[in-house]
Amino acid sequence: MKVSVKVNGVTYERDVEPRTLLAYFLREDCGLTGAHVGCDTSSCGCCVVVVDGARAVKSCTMFAAQADGHEVLTVEGLAQAGTLHPLQQGFWDQHGLQCGFCTPGMLLTSYALLQQNATPSETDIREGLAGNLCRCTGYQNIVKAVQQASGQLPAAVAAAS
Amino acid sequence: MFPAAFNYLRAHNPDEAFAFLQQHGAEARVLAGGQSLIPAMRFRLARPGVLVDINAVREFAYLRNDAQALAIGPIARDSEIERAPWIRERRWSLIYDVSRVVADPVVRQMGTIVGSLCHNDPSGDWAAAALASRAEVDVRGTGGTRKVKIDDFLVDSFTAAVGEGEMATGVRFRVADEATAGSYQKLERKVGDFATAAAAVQVSLNSDGTIREAGIALSAAGPCAVRVEEAERALVGRKPTGDAIRAAADAAERKSAPQADLRGSVEYKKHLAGVLVARGLRQAFARLGVQS
Repeated sequence: MKVSVKVNGVTYERDVEPRTLLAYFLREDCGLTGAHVGCDTSSCGCCVVVVDGARAVKSCTMFAAQADGHEVLTVEGLAQAGTLHPLQQGFWDQHGLQCGFCTPGMLLTSYALLQQNATPSETDIREGLAGNLCRCTGYQNIVKAVQQASGQLPAAVAAAS
Repeated sequence: MFPAAFNYLRAHNPDEAFAFLQQHGAEARVLAGGQSLIPAMRFRLARPGVLVDINAVREFAYLRNDAQALAIGPIARDSEIERAPWIRERRWSLIYDVSRVVADPVVRQMGTIVGSLCHNDPSGDWAAAALASRAEVDVRGTGGTRKVKIDDFLVDSFTAAVGEGEMATGVRFRVADEATAGSYQKLERKVGDFATAAAAVQVSLNSDGTIREAGIALSAAGPCAVRVEEAERALVGRKPTGDAIRAAADAAERKSAPQADLRGSVEYKKHLAGVLVARGLRQAFARLGVQS
């Protein structure tokens, strides 16, 4: 079937099988490998993308067909004109990643979280990210990164911590 | 792990969705949030020949709280329930509790309560809450839409009272009075896991402080969520005392019929059923300002 999905502002028209999952559509049909496939069973959150502006979705558990006519934001669409998105800058400054595999999902889940709640408390952030697993960081710096991006932690803290 | 091939049909209004289901009968499944169905298809536990995607049906997105009922449509997301301003009212405390512990916060942005009830996983969270609060499900069939009591709707593991060519078009919770509160107690190994054991309770008090109504149900305690009538009977008409709570908890422990798995033994899970009912009741009473 034909689908037309606007990803990071660019329309991709592709012919896919109905059973094609959004994560694979993005990676293999659009060449956008930022959404990582970790567990492939909706548990880890590495494949999270944002659909229609504010909804975080595990793209391994949504069909590309469902995204037909919709807008998808992946990690490739966060930086604008070479400038990192405040969330990306937060992850950079606060050392919110080590291996980086979970990072795209963390960023997009955080993006949706901030769309819904611009100034989340630490608890809000921890609860909001509970569907995303990280095996490296222990989460502390990921939480700080989101706090920085939401203006609740000065970027200067990075150097000290 | 790709699902078996299927035909994808997108419905744009309720009649079209219903027509697709009528046309394809047993072959067809409704695709709402897909957070249970898609994994099941990927594991080849489900192989529908046709998926009827209802996500574009605006009429199904309702989340209404009026004088009579809280009515939730088949594509209203769990996260919308969690964020609804009025859900913090005491009378909805059971529903609010559940909305915060179903799956994980990302899955909740797609997942739906109606889909969960239709899926009827033995360890699902919504079914127990629906039992405890005596919900009704609207089922549209060829003869029109019928109201099905949740006790009749939950038939067996992964089986609900939605026949071929039919679909659930909403779930309704009666608006309880001010003297009503509930609690959902779920023990999970980690966020996103199914319950090791879970208990849903909802109680309403008379003006003299005695219990007027009680709803007690368990999840992960049998083929599907189960009402503990003996526990309800042990509470109604009595004051919310430690003895009454213990009687309800003991009844829950007896009623629980879990399966042993990685999450725990039968003995452990039965014990938990009692503990969680007691905990839930104490919290519900505390929410009503009663120490028990």
